[in-house]
Amino acid sequence: MTDSAEIRAKVRVRNLTVRFAGKETLRNLSLDIYPNERLAIIGPASSGKTTFLRCLNRLNDLQHTFSHTGEILLDGKDVYDPDVDLARLRRRMGMVYAVPEPLPWTIYENLVFGARLAGIRDKDDLNERVERSLKSAYLWEETKDRLHQPAHNLSGGQQQRLCLARVLALKPEVLLLDEPCSGLDPISTAKIEDALVELTASLSIVLVTNNTKQASRVSDRTAFFLMGELIEVGPTQQIFTTPAHERTDAYITGQFG
Amino acid sequence: MKQDKLIALALLMVAFSAVSGLALITVFIFKEGLPIIVKTGPGNFFLSSDWDPSSGNFGIFSMIAGSLAVTLCAMVIGTVFGLGLAIVLGEFCPPGLAAILKPVVELLAGIPSVVYGFVGVVTIVPLIRTYLGGPGLSVLASSIVLGIMVLPTVTSISMDALRAVPRTYWQGSIALGATKWQTTHMVMLKAAKSGIAAAIILGMGRAVGETMAVIMVAGNTLEVPHSILDPVRTLTSNIALEMGYASGQHREALFATGVTLFVIIMILNTIALAMARRGAGEGRTR
Repeated sequence: MTDSAEIRAKVRVRNLTVRFAGKETLRNLSLDIYPNERLAIIGPASSGKTTFLRCLNRLNDLQHTFSHTGEILLDGKDVYDPDVDLARLRRRMGMVYAVPEPLPWTIYENLVFGARLAGIRDKDDLNERVERSLKSAYLWEETKDRLHQPAHNLSGGQQQRLCLARVLALKPEVLLLDEPCSGLDPISTAKIEDALVELTASLSIVLVTNNTKQASRVSDRTAFFLMGELIEVGPTQQIFTTPAHERTDAYITGQFG
Repeated sequence: MKQDKLIALALLMVAFSAVSGLALITVFIFKEGLPIIVKTGPGNFFLSSDWDPSSGNFGIFSMIAGSLAVTLCAMVIGTVFGLGLAIVLGEFCPPGLAAILKPVVELLAGIPSVVYGFVGVVTIVPLIRTYLGGPGLSVLASSIVLGIMVLPTVTSISMDALRAVPRTYWQGSIALGATKWQTTHMVMLKAAKSGIAAAIILGMGRAVGETMAVIMVAGNTLEVPHSILDPVRTLTSNIALEMGYASGQHREALFATGVTLFVIIMILNTIALAMARRGAGEGRTR
């Protein structure tokens, strides 16, 4: 993945400033997300990584104190435009949280919930989505015989892969991951990382992670956030070997954060 | 150390006397009430509508029917408004407004029941008489008054149940493209259903036991109601209305009415507790 301007950005963020109750959480941030790339966002705690992610699919709207300036364009259209269909936006930009949160139903019901909300009733279509998304999330083999059992019976790592599969069943265009492996065992982590690499054949991924090793393993480009500002963004290899900023270097080599 | 033990002992005695007071009341009303049930025969006592203490007929069926009718209608009203209020306050309205509305609803619990009854007599009863017919003093009037009286119970316990649902369910559902309303009724209400059931049953216990307001608006006739516009007498009203002049068997029969009420409310509370406990268990399955 090259950083050339010719590639049309999937998501274009321009001069985004976010405030909660008047307090700035993100400051004048501009960043592009390209088609079929894996962008990692790293940075110390409270640097605005999660806030950034939650701006993209407008989850921050749920907080009454949230306000923003600047624009976020998905395929050229501002996601904060008043006539944007929020439900559709959130289906196009799927999100996986740090803590697996399957709904208190069966595995199958978790997977088809979003598709049903989108109006899909056809059984074959739903079943196809279930199988394909479970396979993409490396969970099919473990669950194909127990689809109608409660999702809470799965292990933590399996639950997180279910949450990933649940989002994939909606065929999203951008996948937002908020420290998806922070509480997982190495095997589940490896499975999710493998899945992410394969998934970029059909979508873009934004991966917020506290694990710089994970960023270097998985991503094409890496962005470094600090105190609500984008310090630098570039090809992952460059960020990890010859960062332009000493703060980036200091963070990656573990001097703070 | 010695002081600690003394205080512990004192507290234990206070706790014990409270519980033993309850136990004594229970023993007392059963002792006073049971003999007349046995003497009349449970079939006659519970299933006959012939209540004529002066000629020794003690059948409380019309009052059981009255209590059930009033309670059920009141719970329909109380549940629709109470649960609706809980959903709006908990999920939809801005926190500032909720901070004002919730105490207002809770304040309803502090209004003496005689005031509810009075407002019912002065406003609701004439409205029903004018627009719907009948005497006005009726099942409907008592249900409306009781429905408002159980609002604080139903609302605040339902809100607690909704709040106990893990916030991650809400977030996960929203991120999958569900609207707030879809999330509320497909995810939140489903997950909180046992707590909400407990809220309704506790409200029901309150409605069954309410006396003063009901006496004022129910009409208190000894008949099984055939429509919601008919007047009724409830179990509680019967005790309160006749306690002043009852003696002998009549007095025992009133205690027996109390025993019936006691058992009904115990059953409702047990169901509510069991449901609330099951709900708490479900929340922890992970």
